[in-house]
Amino acid sequence: MRFFADQLILGLTDGAIFALIALGYTMVYGIIELINFAHGDIFTVGGFIGLTLISILGLQHAPPALLIPGVILVFLVAMSLNGLLGVAIERVAYRPLRNAPRLAPLITAVGISFILEGILFLLKGPNQISYPNLLPGGSLNLGFASIGVGNVFIILIALGLMIALNQFIQRTRVGRAMRATAQDRDAARLMGVNINRTIAITFFIGSALAAAGGIIYGFDYQTIDFSLGFRNGLVAFTAAVFGGIGNVVGAALGGFIIGIIIDFVGGYFQGGQQWSDVVVFSILILVLVFRPTGLLGMRVPEK
Amino acid sequence: MGVLLEVDQIDVFYGRIQALRGVSLHVDEGEIVTLIGANGAGKTTTLRAISGLTPASSGSIRIRGQDITRTQAEDIVTKGIGHAPEGRRIFARMSVRENLDLGAYIRRDGETRSDMERIYTLFPRLKERQAQLAGTLSGGEQQMLCIGRAMMSRPKVLLLDEPSLGLAPLMVDTIFQVIREINAEGTTILLIEQNALKALGVAARGYVLETGRIVKEGPSKQLMESPDVQKAYLGI
Ligand SMILES: Nc1ncnc2c1ncn2[C@@H]1O[C@H](COP(=O)(O)OP(=O)(O)OP(=O)(O)O)[C@@H](O)[C@H]1O
Ligand SMILES: [Mg+2]
Repeated sequence: MRFFADQLILGLTDGAIFALIALGYTMVYGIIELINFAHGDIFTVGGFIGLTLISILGLQHAPPALLIPGVILVFLVAMSLNGLLGVAIERVAYRPLRNAPRLAPLITAVGISFILEGILFLLKGPNQISYPNLLPGGSLNLGFASIGVGNVFIILIALGLMIALNQFIQRTRVGRAMRATAQDRDAARLMGVNINRTIAITFFIGSALAAAGGIIYGFDYQTIDFSLGFRNGLVAFTAAVFGGIGNVVGAALGGFIIGIIIDFVGGYFQGGQQWSDVVVFSILILVLVFRPTGLLGMRVPEK
Repeated sequence: MGVLLEVDQIDVFYGRIQALRGVSLHVDEGEIVTLIGANGAGKTTTLRAISGLTPASSGSIRIRGQDITRTQAEDIVTKGIGHAPEGRRIFARMSVRENLDLGAYIRRDGETRSDMERIYTLFPRLKERQAQLAGTLSGGEQQMLCIGRAMMSRPKVLLLDEPSLGLAPLMVDTIFQVIREINAEGTTILLIEQNALKALGVAARGYVLETGRIVKEGPSKQLMESPDVQKAYLGI
């Protein structure tokens, strides 16, 4: 029971990170039907930006009173900078190819992925770099299980961001423009929606959420390295497909479910991560073959 | 009354295919004008050129004298052009109300609520279904929503692309009735129709488009009496 509960909490924590990355995949796919293969590396860059800001502010040694505003500041600045990176990538690598055959931007996406990893390798080297965990330590004892306070924070931060995103998409004028653009670009333009700006905003938000995921990953695993985005990106992509690519709620749900699956498989079977990967990518293939619309794929007919 | 919309000698290409050749037309303030023609004549292309979705490669388009030939589609709606496009193109995965809200996307004044009520008065069916996803509406209801959505920007001129296509006769009558009402309340209308008889019935003037060229124009009455038009479009 205790082991089950532990794996569940681990799964939800990892799931929170996957979900934050998956949102970027799904939002970008929803609006321009591009699988942004660079998104995993955007996540890594976000984590590194966070680490740099933490060092600049000296937050590892900050007194508790300054820690909370400091961490919030790190999140806000890293998310903004990473958002701008996403916007720049879209502008340079995807927008010029918007009317090109589908394969072209897909190839540039893979290219951007390699470029980002290469730059991170050159700047940060090949080794794992330690990352301070600035979340509160300790654990809550529930009798049948004990839950790390840090894990609770991670799950809450992720859920908070997801709820904020969902409100933004559903309730605001810009969110409505994003959905309109995703559904029918010409019709959206007839309403007065600026497509370029709306797509840029989508990249900004997706990359900002990935940065939050990157920082949380650093806190959780207390390490970061240049190649982190590859596997985590693919797993998050699987989560997005599993939830129904293009669907924001689906990506969040898919992230948590995939996180839980990974940690249960990894915890209960010998061979840990290898088995997890086998299972996760089998899920990817099965979903693509048997239910390409995923859990919450678009089901309303377009007459 | 003065000229509201002026299309002057425009050419439009899809890649290397030329869809319009020197098309000119004008719509005066308060008029209903119709553009008729066979499948593939270039009617939809004309409207897409006006609203900027398929820009003209030469010639010019003006609204109240202001040149909009090179203006982006998303800015043209702010010049007072509302477009209810071919195939309706409503946002299927949004509610009726959200579709209407998007119609008012460019507006910053606080009066969109009363405009929405006006749309609901024109189309009571939409009011009953305001919370329903637009993709689940019937074809006729979707056409109502398409027109209502375009009206929410408070256009000076409304471009209607085959609003009666695929609708049952009773629904066609409803749509034409609404076109009259909208016009009576002051909105100028450029109407495309396959149903030439109905279109000429509601319009003051008409243009006939054939393979990308205007081949005939004049008051509706005169077009209806023209033997060519009767033979080709009225089935007489
Ligand atoms: N996207 C496109 N790419 C290439 N050619 C096109 C495209 N859209 C239209 N055309 C061509 O341009 C010409 C005019 O088409 P348009 O859609 O304007 O005709 P229409 O008069 O609206 O016809 P319909 O009554 O069938 O709607 C046709 O020959 C058509 O094949
Ligand atoms: Mg047409």
